[in-house]
Amino acid sequence: MQVPAPFEYERATSVDHAIGLLDRLGETARLVAGGHSLLPMMKLRLANFDYLIDINDLHGELGYISVEPTQIRIGAMTRHRELLESQVLADTFPIFGDAERVIADPVVRNRGTLGGSLCQADPSEDLSAVCTTLGASCLIRGTGGERVVTMEDFHRGPYETAVGDAEMLIEVRFPVRPHGSSAYEKVERRAGDWAVVSAGAAVWLDAGVISDARVGLAAVGPNTTGLPAISEALRGHAPSEELYARAGAIAAQTCRPATDSRGSEEYKRHLADELTRRALRRSVARIVADDPGA
Amino acid sequence: MTAVADGPVTAFEDNDLKPVGFGRMLRKEDPRLIRGRGRFVDDVQLNGMLHLAILRAPMAHARIVSIDTSAASAHPKVKLVVTGAMLAEQGMAWMPTLSNDVQAVLATDKVRFQGQEVAFVVAEDRYSARDALELIDVEYEMLAPVIDARTALDPSAPVIRDDLEGKTDNHCFDWQTGDAAATEAVFASADVVVSQDIVYPRVHPAPMETCGAVADYDAVEGKLTLWSTSQAPHAHRTLYAIVAGLPEHKIRVISPDIGGGFGNKVPIYPGYVHAIVGSLLTGKPVKWMEDRSENLTSTGFARDYIMRGEIAATKDGKILAIRTHVLADHGAFNGTATPVKFPAGFFGVFTGSYDIKAAFAKMTAVYTNKAPGGVAYACSFRITEAVYLVERIVDCLAQELAMDPVELRIKNFIRPEQFPYTSKTGWTYDSGNYERTLREALRIAGYDELRKEQVERRARGELMGIGVACFTEAVGAGPRKDMDILGLGMADGCELRIHPTGKAVVRLSVQSQGQGHETTFAQIVAEEIGIPPADIEVVHGDTDQTPFGLGTYGSRSTPVSGAAAALVARKVRDKARLIASGMLEVSVADLEWVKGSFHVKGDPTKSVTIADIAFRAYGAGDLPEGLEGGLEAQICYNPENLTYPNGAYICVVDVDPGTAQVTVRRFIAVDDCGTRINPMIIEGQVHGGLTDGVGMALMEIIAFDEMGNCLGGSLMDYLIPTALEVPDWETGFTVTPSPHHPIGAKGIGESATVGSPPAIVNAVIDALKPYGVRHADMPLTPSRVWDAMQGHPTPPI
Ligand SMILES: Cc1cc2nc3c(=O)[nH]c(=O)nc-3n(C[C@H](O)[C@H](O)[C@H](O)COP(=O)(O)OP(=O)(O)OC[C@H]3O[C@@H](n4cnc5c(N)ncnc54)[C@H](O)[C@@H]3O)c2cc1C
Repeated sequence: MQVPAPFEYERATSVDHAIGLLDRLGETARLVAGGHSLLPMMKLRLANFDYLIDINDLHGELGYISVEPTQIRIGAMTRHRELLESQVLADTFPIFGDAERVIADPVVRNRGTLGGSLCQADPSEDLSAVCTTLGASCLIRGTGGERVVTMEDFHRGPYETAVGDAEMLIEVRFPVRPHGSSAYEKVERRAGDWAVVSAGAAVWLDAGVISDARVGLAAVGPNTTGLPAISEALRGHAPSEELYARAGAIAAQTCRPATDSRGSEEYKRHLADELTRRALRRSVARIVADDPGA
Repeated sequence: MTAVADGPVTAFEDNDLKPVGFGRMLRKEDPRLIRGRGRFVDDVQLNGMLHLAILRAPMAHARIVSIDTSAASAHPKVKLVVTGAMLAEQGMAWMPTLSNDVQAVLATDKVRFQGQEVAFVVAEDRYSARDALELIDVEYEMLAPVIDARTALDPSAPVIRDDLEGKTDNHCFDWQTGDAAATEAVFASADVVVSQDIVYPRVHPAPMETCGAVADYDAVEGKLTLWSTSQAPHAHRTLYAIVAGLPEHKIRVISPDIGGGFGNKVPIYPGYVHAIVGSLLTGKPVKWMEDRSENLTSTGFARDYIMRGEIAATKDGKILAIRTHVLADHGAFNGTATPVKFPAGFFGVFTGSYDIKAAFAKMTAVYTNKAPGGVAYACSFRITEAVYLVERIVDCLAQELAMDPVELRIKNFIRPEQFPYTSKTGWTYDSGNYERTLREALRIAGYDELRKEQVERRARGELMGIGVACFTEAVGAGPRKDMDILGLGMADGCELRIHPTGKAVVRLSVQSQGQGHETTFAQIVAEEIGIPPADIEVVHGDTDQTPFGLGTYGSRSTPVSGAAAALVARKVRDKARLIASGMLEVSVADLEWVKGSFHVKGDPTKSVTIADIAFRAYGAGDLPEGLEGGLEAQICYNPENLTYPNGAYICVVDVDPGTAQVTVRRFIAVDDCGTRINPMIIEGQVHGGLTDGVGMALMEIIAFDEMGNCLGGSLMDYLIPTALEVPDWETGFTVTPSPHHPIGAKGIGESATVGSPPAIVNAVIDALKPYGVRHADMPLTPSRVWDAMQGHPTPPI
């Protein structure tokens, strides 16, 4: 059994309570949500904190998926499993279901949260890639009030986010537009493993032409990466294999993978290409299936 | 000889009664294990027990300049801090390994692999012991590490084992087998010669339960009790007696329930010795349980063979000779657990299931700055490497000759009438009918249909592969004239006592780590004396309660101790016959045995059961002239030969042409382990081994960076397969009993681990045929398969 160094533990009773504790205890304190990223690091003693503030009792306050006409808001404490099982997400953003099915295992998914995933800022994090793909923005609250940052600004580097010491991620907001769909493709060495590479795609069609498209990649750079060049290349064109190939080539060129035990740089670039194509192809097929007129 | 018809598994209600002997029955130990009532080493709680944690080297090669333990000793909950220097004062800093090398109990001069033991702390609880490790200050002077075995013998390579008198290089040993000249002659004149570099990378058995021990030294009695995760409690006890100088009768080693061994729990690890020293010095029981990273980085690894295989044949596919050169990486200490005369284990069976003219193998083993070990992970003493080599190289030959791999194998099999067959490297195969076994696998697989499907899929650009591997193992070590470990002969004892009421207790020298001994051995005895398995208690894993023997590994329990159990039961039955003749007042010759009772020939109504006889044996009334009371016997079984289980495996894979991901679609395993005692247990062993094979073939590797940092130190980095990576196993069997084993049984514990990796790799290579790939090394991760598809397959090390 791996055992962490000593720490003190307190359960927050409200968001304000949690933020107050963070403010008082400073950088020696950490929030624990699902704990599936934080606790393994502590048990391996790669990270030691003097205080853990458990926010699991805030699931009532921060565990929600709420649908509004132009956006879906998801609370930071929403668990992987709730994202996987949500019908409204399956209808609006099938990319969630695709991704959640291949994130970790049921035990991890029962506890791990959207907020924890984004705040961990692991370069291989799948939900971060999903949020990047969907052009999400993050609501952060601190002692001084609330602010909203885009995914591009949220991740500052590997394991680094825009969330300050006495701040907390509250919710993630996803803009909803008609005639769109999305998909997620991941290659892993084994079920439950982190991605070798994964790619998310979201596409919107207007009269058979791509009105907008976004691609997000995980595990090929310091953070999950959005690829604006692909959006530019796709906009205004009718979907086709050649178009997907062009997008794939951009993905392969612009990503920044490194060779490691999951795979060589060369292979990862190839996957960025291959998975980008597959995700785009599947997104378009879904739009057509749901909405033959689009 | 009994050939067992396979029946359905018995229902729960009558599981305790049926079968009276061989056949399917649920495992007797499972209610305990499934309900969480197993008793593992970490479940042992003793009054006043302290906890031990080990400080390990953070780098692979460094000189220890100084160690300051003062801050750790000052921790309020710490009772003891021990360094190598302190052990050296007692002459205990080094201990022998199972291969007659020495290994540091705690490093004194240098650390030689990342994860090596440097100091230990004993504290009131596990947390404090671990915290105190961070208070120990070690100053190291970094040394260049030797990581690549290929460069270990370079004159410029730093010498790892400068502790050994006069050692000036990293050479560990040389070994060879077969006839070099005869083999060369055959190669020189052969039509076709194929050679291939093949790496079997370092892997780790990663048992679910990590290693650990609880040592309890009773100063009043002068007796040490050690609960430990040991596959060989008796051998361990003898070695502790020799090393620690404690009298052997004052040491009791208990292996309680063991959560998987696979060879990982054969060696004596420094941690066990630390726990003993900790208890001797504190006078309190001391528990050491390693964590997952410690298990993966410091305990017995497996494989690590860099091989060149060569095969010579006629152009119509008659295999003439096989030759190999092996570079073996043994890590920092030669900690291989293997019979002394076999430094390369049983690698000599690399000629496989084929009747050939000549064979030769040459091996050089080297030291590197990596964890010691070498024989682990269900390898049957290196037969895993041997079978992988031959089954890969035969497939390379099939490709060269454009011959179906099945046809090539059948053409070259040792034929049934050739048994007993002595191979060109001197192994006497006891029995087998290889073609029949392979044909059964082909039948289950629908081989011809699969090949048709493959043609269709290839035409559509899909990558489907069919892999075949046939293996022959040599298990059940072993005949004492040839085999011993550190001077201890590999024979095993067994004791059987029938209690007055006809219930029994059988005591084994072998130790279950999950194989189901409590069931299998009860069934073996039940078959011989005719009382239900439920009435037979199986005692094992406690040196104070069981006869001497060398333990469970190398699939030896059934071939060695299983034979002992059958023979001791027959000995008891012979005595029962004498008592029965007195009870029935007829001569022994007039008695007939029907499982469970003797009756008078021609008059089945005049009979006595084993229970009747047992009651008489201990009870009132006279026994026949010259017979002692009681109904019990003991025996020590020295196997005449090894047993040679074999099998034919067929694997079907699909490879995604875009991502190079491999999916194992089907796997057909037909095993011939001779007489089948409990087919359900056999299938369980096979399922487990096949899963291991998927792991090794597709994902497992203990890799190191150039500084010797272990890259497989957690289960996030060292991947083991899950239910999602394996298909529904399709198992079948043939029965060719071993002629020299009392019940005709051969071992099954490692067959599937040995046989499945080549079947899977052969299937992947077959799938990649359109890319012209002839070989790619394990693990066949997507990235490595993609490399092969690009025309540059790379060795993993
Ligand atoms: C075996 C295993 C396999 C996995 N495989 C995958 C995989 O394939 N793909 C994948 O994407 N992930 C994977 N994960 C990670 C998993 O998804 C984690 O649950 C997730 O990354 C973190 O969520 P959590 O709620 O557990 O966060 P925690 O571990 O509780 O927290 C992570 C970090 O976020 C901070 N934090 C948490 N919530 C907030 C908040 N509301 N505001 C500010 N900071 C916060 C914490 O302080 C901590 O620093 C795996 C994990 C495990 C254990």
